[in-house]
Amino acid sequence: MLARRIIPCLDVRDGQVVKGVRFRGHRVMGEIMDLARRYREEHADEVVFYDITASPHGRSVDRSWILRVADALDIPFCVAGGIRDIAGAEEVLMNGADKISINSPALANPDLIGELARQFGSQCVVVGIDSSGGGGRWRVHELTGDPSLSREAGRETLDWVGEAQDRGAGEIVLNCMNMDGVRQGYDIEQLCAVRERCRVPLIASGGAGAPEHFVNVFSQARVDGALAATVFHSGEIAIPDLKEYLASAGLPIRA
Amino acid sequence: MTSNVALVDCGGANIASLRFALKRLGVEARFTREVAEIERADKVFLPGVGAAGTGMEKLREAGLEALIPRLEQPVLGICLGMQLLYDLSSEENTPCLGIIPGRVGLLPASPERTIPHMGWNQVVRRGESKLLEGIPNRAWFYFVHSYAAAPNADCIGETEHGRSFASVVRKNNFFGVQFHPERSGANGQRLLKNFLAISRPPLP
Repeated sequence: MLARRIIPCLDVRDGQVVKGVRFRGHRVMGEIMDLARRYREEHADEVVFYDITASPHGRSVDRSWILRVADALDIPFCVAGGIRDIAGAEEVLMNGADKISINSPALANPDLIGELARQFGSQCVVVGIDSSGGGGRWRVHELTGDPSLSREAGRETLDWVGEAQDRGAGEIVLNCMNMDGVRQGYDIEQLCAVRERCRVPLIASGGAGAPEHFVNVFSQARVDGALAATVFHSGEIAIPDLKEYLASAGLPIRA
Repeated sequence: MTSNVALVDCGGANIASLRFALKRLGVEARFTREVAEIERADKVFLPGVGAAGTGMEKLREAGLEALIPRLEQPVLGICLGMQLLYDLSSEENTPCLGIIPGRVGLLPASPERTIPHMGWNQVVRRGESKLLEGIPNRAWFYFVHSYAAAPNADCIGETEHGRSFASVVRKNNFFGVQFHPERSGANGQRLLKNFLAISRPPLP
């Protein structure tokens, strides 16, 4: 049976791993290579590197570290941030990334999703969605890497999930902004609604603070993977302990 | 350890991870579409991520469609590379290399079984092979695919996702894995090491 995935996310800013609270006030958490190696040793199922500074300033990710990460990691990893076209995606994939994740550029140019899927296959095209709301209605946000530029994208989250997968997205990462960085648990209500709509793998992001939150999101929202940053980087939740706990709760987990 | 390893260029951009995995095992593989270079390699990898039609087209253009089935050294098809070993893929109804009998079909999607089949899953042993030496039954490997072949007589490992499919096959000197050993941690590394140690002609 397919294992539920535990995915540490390394938010990268100016070459270092950072983490903010509700997308603001970033602080440095460590060096890229140190954390990448640590997660490999701890049996993380996948690692996401997300350059949060890329899109808002119209720059590309400094990609020199991708080759180093690919050399060191023997588990899959995904790169997000600043990928706006086929050439940018190809460069990231050629350097050894397994997947690319697009967020704001997909909103600005939805055709990009299909172009990337045709060129590289749906399996390496992830669409990241920053979403907030409540009461059965959620809206997509864009350019969230920079508080001064972050804004509503004028789309309903459920519609955008449907459109993204119809266009060829092979995976959706739903970042629930209400919960991001506050460690009160994943947004189960929103994730359940998105799960109903989503027939490709769905990854939950935003809100993990305790091991129970992972059990809840897997068993209630039936997501394929759960992404978290702070609780892993700080060592507060050790991935081997978390995996043991999830397995004892009856979830399919890769030891 | 073998040193003359060819990595067949049949499309798909993300080949770097396989190269790095081989480098960790002390092997510098050549990425090539040259008939002569592939012919004289000690080991041949048929990788590839993407669509079956594009993969076969690339092989045909390079004159490899006829060459590969004739190879006598150990050949390992990975993911799409394994699918190309079969007679036919239902992905755009693509005739493939015809080395392993059977056809590759789309895995069934359901709310509980999303497609692509993406993530870590277990390989249940159905036969013995040097390729799987030292790897426990039900070991976890990393998969990313939407198409797969049903288990047949050549299947030595199977995996379940909606239905059971062949995740490891072997016919004579041809081996195939549906998962990505280069991204499957220690088990994947062991499998690659096993493959590199397989003699020519291969013993069971």
